[in-house]
Amino acid sequence: MKNLNRYGYFFIAPFWLVFLVFSIYPVALTFYYSFTNYTGSGEAQLVGLANYKRLLTDTYFVEAFFNTWKIWGVNFALQMGLALILAMIFSDMRVKLKGIAFFRAIFYLPNLITISSVALLFGILLDWQHGSLNMMLMKVGIISDPINWLNEPTSAQLSISLILTWMWFGHSFIVVMAGVSGISKDYYEAALIDGANRWQTFSKITIPLLKPILLYIMITSLIGGLQLFDLPMLLTDGIGSPDGSLNTMVLYLYNQAFKYNNYGYAAAVAYGLFVITLIFSAFIFKGMYGKERKQPRQV
Amino acid sequence: MIGKTAVDNSLSNSVEKKSAIETKPKRKVSIPKILIYTVLIVMAIVCFIPFLMMLVNATRSNEAILSGFTLLPGSAIVENYQTMMSYINIWAGFKNSLIISVLVTLLSGYFSALTAYGFAFYVFKGKNAMFVFMLVMMMVPGQLGLIGFYELCKNLGILDTYIPLIIPAAASPFVVFFLRQYILTTLHPSLIEAARIDGASEFKIFHTIAIPIMMPAIATMSIFTFIGSWNNYIMPLVVLFSPEKFTLPVLMGFLKGSQVAQNLGSMYLGIAISVVPIMVAFLFLSKYIVNSISAGSIKE
Repeated sequence: MKNLNRYGYFFIAPFWLVFLVFSIYPVALTFYYSFTNYTGSGEAQLVGLANYKRLLTDTYFVEAFFNTWKIWGVNFALQMGLALILAMIFSDMRVKLKGIAFFRAIFYLPNLITISSVALLFGILLDWQHGSLNMMLMKVGIISDPINWLNEPTSAQLSISLILTWMWFGHSFIVVMAGVSGISKDYYEAALIDGANRWQTFSKITIPLLKPILLYIMITSLIGGLQLFDLPMLLTDGIGSPDGSLNTMVLYLYNQAFKYNNYGYAAAVAYGLFVITLIFSAFIFKGMYGKERKQPRQV
Repeated sequence: MIGKTAVDNSLSNSVEKKSAIETKPKRKVSIPKILIYTVLIVMAIVCFIPFLMMLVNATRSNEAILSGFTLLPGSAIVENYQTMMSYINIWAGFKNSLIISVLVTLLSGYFSALTAYGFAFYVFKGKNAMFVFMLVMMMVPGQLGLIGFYELCKNLGILDTYIPLIIPAAASPFVVFFLRQYILTTLHPSLIEAARIDGASEFKIFHTIAIPIMMPAIATMSIFTFIGSWNNYIMPLVVLFSPEKFTLPVLMGFLKGSQVAQNLGSMYLGIAISVVPIMVAFLFLSKYIVNSISAGSIKE
């Protein structure tokens, strides 16, 4: 029996071999480069903390940080709002809607499409003069002059937020519904008998019991959102136009490394991004679970 | 109709008081229900209209698209296709993406199952530490090692090949984690013991007993692995240089910077070709995919 346990190493060996070479080593190597002035060729010279010092005072990085947050934040509020409203409607025992499978499928569809195709599609749909969106809105009479969506910072950021919402609210809806279906029907029946209205049922039963699921959505969405790259890269010129408003952190990282050959500095950007992700994940975790612990449990 | 339900309600109320919970609402929901359905249908249309515009415009000539908006198809689809194909070979991109995604899915499924089984059914030194370390690394975003990864591939001489896009799939921490949780609850150790007594080797037990039992979970994870690989943009963008090796997402970005961008009809057609197969696949798999998302998020 003891003999056989060494087989454990054989089973996990291929994983660790690949993991060490292609995951851990690159992460460590990037860490090393973040202390150098490496430019992609020649020798890398150690420069101490210079890259990190530069990072803290780099207005482009700070700008990228806030852009990423603005774009993600607006998208997340809209996406969760829609997902929760939909979940509230579909889980309501009093309404009993049909066709959930159909709507779920339609709402989820945009999420499956390759983001670069989505970016390209919206790039031409949102075109100022020849884009179908402006043409449609003008034909219907909602606007009289074409809106130059991608040429003005606020509307460009809003466009990305809305595209992200379009892509992700169906996914969040499915996950929220999965959570709702795990809540015992007894709670809802009891609430119904006690005369709770829709909002009370939703805010006092559904939301508190969904907390772990909401946390899951929020953290995965935040991690994905902070890595926003494909859309801003392909929607405009790839360096954050208009006015740097679409310059996100990963786009900045990519351009620093592969466009300007500042590998050392780009490595520091990568670690800056990592630390930011960690800090905010911890904040969300604490915000959602921290308060509960302070209160004594009611029996 | 309303009168009838009211009668039904009063009837059922008098017959059976318990059912009041279920029947009472029916009287007043009709109007809100219509309203809710209307809103849902409008939302569904908003979700779908970008695709509709794409499909319609793919059949219209550049001049027609510039001159105005319509949802009626045109007749320039053949010209659009010829214009697009004279600049890029979209089917080559398709083939490349398919090869990579299929291999990634197979590799990730098999080696993750192998690793999960090792973690679940053997006792060895450092097992827990390794498992925890793997979970910690799971939290690390993919971009963190991007620059080191590029340098590694450069030094190994595997830039502009598919190796850096495929081989790393053999180490997918999340899939390992998911499969380990799954097999711990579905495969009882006594089954393994029985097979050992029958003289089966450890790897034979894995291949003939563990893999079939894990199959539903492997299939679930495979969907996400495949979609993730199919949609991956930044990795192939960094690693590949030759246009004939480009995956579909990279080819799409290439399309934007090419001459085709002058012809909107061809652009729409190119995008449509990249999108429609996924939509068709989704048509058949939607129920399965939706269930997988639910399962993945709840079990975590």
